[in-house]
Amino acid sequence: MLLAVFSDIHGNRQAFEACLKVARAKGAERFVMLGDFVGYGADPEWVVDTAMELVAQGAVAVRGNHDQAVNSSSETMNNEAQIAIEWTRGRLDIAQRRFLAELPMLVEDGDRLFVHSEASHPQRWHYIRSTADAAKSLISTPAHVTFCGHIHRPALYSMSVTAKMTGLVPKTDISMPLLRGRQWLAVLGAVGQPRDGDPSAAFVLFDTTSCQITYCRAPYDVASAANRIRENGLPHWLADRLSEGR
Amino acid sequence: MPKPMVKPGAVIDGYTIGECVHAGGMATLWTVTHAGIDARLLMKIPRASEGEDPAAIVSFEMEMMILPRLTGPHVPHCYGTGDFAHQAYAVIERISGTTLYKRLPDLPLPYGEVRLLVAKIATALADLHRQNVIHHDIKPSSIMFRDNGEAVLIDFGLSHHNHLPDLMQAEFRLPYGTAPYMAPERLLGVRDDPRSDLFSLGVLLYFFTTGERPFGEGETLRAMRRRLWRDPYPPRALRSDYPPWLQEVVLRCLEIEPDWRYPTAAQLAFDLTHPDQVKLTARAERMKRDPLSVAWRRRFNPDVKPSGARSDLATQIAMSPIVTVALDTAEGAPELNESLRVTTERILATLPSARLACVNVLKLNRIAVDKTLDEQGSNKHIDRLVALRHWATPLKLDESRLSVHVLEAVDPAAALLEFAEVNQVDHVIIGARQGSFRRTLLGSVSAKVAAEATCTVTVVRPPRMAADAGEADADEAAG
Repeated sequence: MLLAVFSDIHGNRQAFEACLKVARAKGAERFVMLGDFVGYGADPEWVVDTAMELVAQGAVAVRGNHDQAVNSSSETMNNEAQIAIEWTRGRLDIAQRRFLAELPMLVEDGDRLFVHSEASHPQRWHYIRSTADAAKSLISTPAHVTFCGHIHRPALYSMSVTAKMTGLVPKTDISMPLLRGRQWLAVLGAVGQPRDGDPSAAFVLFDTTSCQITYCRAPYDVASAANRIRENGLPHWLADRLSEGR
Repeated sequence: MPKPMVKPGAVIDGYTIGECVHAGGMATLWTVTHAGIDARLLMKIPRASEGEDPAAIVSFEMEMMILPRLTGPHVPHCYGTGDFAHQAYAVIERISGTTLYKRLPDLPLPYGEVRLLVAKIATALADLHRQNVIHHDIKPSSIMFRDNGEAVLIDFGLSHHNHLPDLMQAEFRLPYGTAPYMAPERLLGVRDDPRSDLFSLGVLLYFFTTGERPFGEGETLRAMRRRLWRDPYPPRALRSDYPPWLQEVVLRCLEIEPDWRYPTAAQLAFDLTHPDQVKLTARAERMKRDPLSVAWRRRFNPDVKPSGARSDLATQIAMSPIVTVALDTAEGAPELNESLRVTTERILATLPSARLACVNVLKLNRIAVDKTLDEQGSNKHIDRLVALRHWATPLKLDESRLSVHVLEAVDPAAALLEFAEVNQVDHVIIGARQGSFRRTLLGSVSAKVAAEATCTVTVVRPPRMAADAGEADADEAAG
């Protein structure tokens, strides 16, 4: 089965629509969303409604730190993120907020694990910045492949049976075999706010039979997404950064 | 987990095991058959049980990732792989014949024979590099030849794939490979420079032409590290009849600094195919190694240590194309030749490692007996070579980047296409047919070249033609 995995949609309707379209065209049969549905972007209602529909049809979704912050003021965030979250809170209805509140922290699916930040302490929202961070996550789970996001920059790590690590910045549209003899941590770039210098929306396709992973990019209408942010009075930097992919 | 026994008659994933044909340190090789596959097959099985070298497992993982992605005649075709969860194996095409290792007792071989052998290996390497793979274990036992003479590279356990995780890099702090053939930058942990393979091929070229290994057989790290600062004896010091052009090629491959080697395997193959076009430098004249003062400066001055790859494999190859310009120096319109030069200059300006081959076709008559001498008695072939060089002079190219060729053929388009194919040309620049010079030799072939070449073709027109292009040119422009 071909999985399409999305992370960090962040209320960016244009980006998420583009990813769904490309993923469906490439034959994706099942969707996984790794959290941070809201925050930063100007269309949280549409994104959450779409996620709820997909989940009702069998998609997997886990909770991100921004999703949690909508329902709790204890999450600490930087100033712009905080402004965006407070704005978002006012936009979502009870059903949408409940959907986010009830999302699981992680989901195990066969020998795969889906989590927003990393697997060792998901509730602490640590970033995977290095092979050492990746090792901590991989050691904490027996899963063959862990999928996470949170850092908005794609990476692929592996750990051998003797705990030797490899790390790689994956190239777009190149399928790679995730060998059975080792464990893998697939860190996804963001759908709604890429920060790796490429403004196009990032997602991943994974073939559960052949264990081939492909990092994909979907170009989308960045200007419209940025305008929506400005029109709604959100911090301008959140709009500006979309066109730079920073 | 239970593992199936690997023994004659056993069946793994539909493959019936035959006999064991090789038992090496890292893996065993078995003949296998499979219903529905009408080819001679080999199953490679890693030594992966407890107590074996962990490198055997990791290098097999690399092969399992790389082999299925490779295509073309210069690698064994891969039919399937099985992973470590069950029984690790890779089923590959069985290449008939033996590896180049069998030739070791015959060394040194005649220069001409080695030149052709190594040109074929360089062609195979160029194909591998274009597939984003650096072999990292080029040596006689990794090289075989098909019945048609094409070289086949085998054993990708130490290879680096530019698109895949480098499992070997992570696993071992010491460089894995075959000591006598290992490039100096490998000792510094560099694994992403395709020119490391050119160094190894240079070692092979040196060994096969002199009978001596340029850096000895030392297996210790200390012995291996000497090549970071000590250059080998020039082959001419070992064999007085050693051709200077061949020494130029060998020593360029064996440069300590990768930047001073050939930029691509295709460019090395080009020189080996055209020895008369090799630009001789001080390398060709050298009879002694560098003075100790120079060697010590390298040894104790970290600045001159190899710096390794600065960009990825595909970028490096793309920066170093072989560009061919097809010229009609005898009958071509001067304005067209000028336009060709302007276009060539623009293309080369962005590509400091590109090399330019200027080609002219001397058209032979199908029936009449051709004379080499023209009416005035001068040699047409040599005249054309001189004219090509004259055309190229304003480009101010370093001689090592320029070559000139006169092809003799009845069909100029076919001759150009063959030249491009054989020499792995990346880009052909050719003048368009001109209305008023309909008989222009090369102009009349541009459409065929543009339509049939397997590389990029730029068709050039002089400025004034763009305004009044006739019908015949309009359809050609589409090529």
